[in-house]
Amino acid sequence: MAAPLGTGARAEETEQEKQDTPEKEPVPPERAEEAKLKAKYPNLGQKPGGSDFLMKRLQKGQKYFDSGDYNMAKAKMKNKQLPSVTGDHIPTPQDLPQRKSSLVTSKLAG
Amino acid sequence: MTEVKGAGGGNDIQWCFSQVKGAVDDDVAEADIISTVEFNHSGELLATGDKGGRVVIFQQEQENKTQSHSRGEYNVYSTFQSHEPEFDYLKSLEIEEKINKIRWLPQKNAAQFLLSTNDKTIKLWKISERDKRPEGYNLKEEDGRYRDPTTVTTLRVPVFRPMDLMVEASPRRIFANAHTYHINSISINSDYETYLSADDLRINLWHLEITDRSFNIVDIKPANMEELTEVITAAEFHPNSCNTFVYSSSKGTIRLCDMRASALCDRHSKLFEEPEDPSNRSFFSEIISSISDVKFSHSGRYMMTRDYLSVKIWDLNMENRPVETYQVHEYLRSKLCSLYENDCIFDKFECCWNGSDSIVMTGSYNNFFRMFDRNTKRDITLEASRENNKPRTVLKPRKVCASGKRKKDEISVDSLDFNKKILHTAWHPKENIIAVATTNNLYIFQDKMN
Repeated sequence: MAAPLGTGARAEETEQEKQDTPEKEPVPPERAEEAKLKAKYPNLGQKPGGSDFLMKRLQKGQKYFDSGDYNMAKAKMKNKQLPSVTGDHIPTPQDLPQRKSSLVTSKLAG
Repeated sequence: MTEVKGAGGGNDIQWCFSQVKGAVDDDVAEADIISTVEFNHSGELLATGDKGGRVVIFQQEQENKTQSHSRGEYNVYSTFQSHEPEFDYLKSLEIEEKINKIRWLPQKNAAQFLLSTNDKTIKLWKISERDKRPEGYNLKEEDGRYRDPTTVTTLRVPVFRPMDLMVEASPRRIFANAHTYHINSISINSDYETYLSADDLRINLWHLEITDRSFNIVDIKPANMEELTEVITAAEFHPNSCNTFVYSSSKGTIRLCDMRASALCDRHSKLFEEPEDPSNRSFFSEIISSISDVKFSHSGRYMMTRDYLSVKIWDLNMENRPVETYQVHEYLRSKLCSLYENDCIFDKFECCWNGSDSIVMTGSYNNFFRMFDRNTKRDITLEASRENNKPRTVLKPRKVCASGKRKKDEISVDSLDFNKKILHTAWHPKENIIAVATTNNLYIFQDKMN
């Protein structure tokens, strides 16, 4: 990453690196975290900033089967939160969390 | 540069709780999540937007000459539903009503104007006061019923009589259908006639009077979407030069563009980027370098960027590195794995300058927020919490213990509540008054006046 950071933990790490022999070099915190992540998800893509990740960002938004499905979900006033569906299949009405209408005055104005 | 009363270091200012707005209960309705906070140019008005598409505007009370120990309080002035949820029929996607940004226009007449935007549509709202109404119509009773014309024997001229103040908000312009992707920024030009709106891949230039046309000034969409490597994360016009604007990217770069150079500003005039140390690169490097906010200083000489762990100040004359870097919560660097798993690593924190550009502020987790004094190089961490509710009691600085033995009054990294995020903060343009938004509450702090 960027220029020297200078705060506590990190500065200590760099100092240690100079003193220890190459075989015993301690891992910088970011790399240690990366190793943890790779251990949990070995299939994680090589390029985190690559297309898949950005595409997901561009596509943000609740997907519905069609407009009728959307209107039915909007009409329901239940609070029940159903688990959201991730992935690229088209959700069925039962899979979607219920939406609550927001035509109530904001509590900041109360 | 504006003179700010009582400006000193971030530590020299004694911050006191002033007010808190919003519900007390812990069960937060999604619609109540605050999504933007903005003072107007005089600081008299403070606007908030929420996930439910509503805008609430607070107005500062006139200063009471006898109450010299505190500045006026902010009370509700107007509230209205700015955006409603919509449905994109073509893509079967919902368009959220969440207000992403509010920007005030400078006041030109008695009415106030602001721009508010959700993911797809920008609206110009007029907020006006009505304190008189016409009375004494010939054909209508006071309650609106029509009088029998045969009973009218004399004519009178209706007159305006005072009434209780009514504040009305009406949408004057709707700027729609110009963004395929999600709008992240709007910024009003210093010419006060045009403004820009930016989404993930494009930036458009609008005239405030014209809603059926906008000019595309930046387009970074690749011909083949498979080649997409970065997106636009924020954009802002220069405060003084009406031809200059900047936009930041998910890769940690900022591009400055000059609209005089060409109609389509795909080629930047300046590229601000800090060189990366390749030996420090990790899976997280790009994600944490993504810039979540960019703000010019009031002077126009500097700009500030916020990435996941730091705030950087750039001199517009120097592209190869920032002139100042402030660590917001460096202790999170060793928690990146879990922050990636719970999505917190994608949180978009904003940042702001004080009126004299001497102090910068940004939010963090656990309802902490941080201020950095550029002159003294001192920083402070404060907490927005209802426990610090006593007006005129100076807020106690907080400290996070990164590792090792935790001192009394310190909080350890593992005890931080990552659901309590302060993403939006605003600083009054002239005074030491700040507005800090927690998830669903708005806190107002002021410096202690003697």
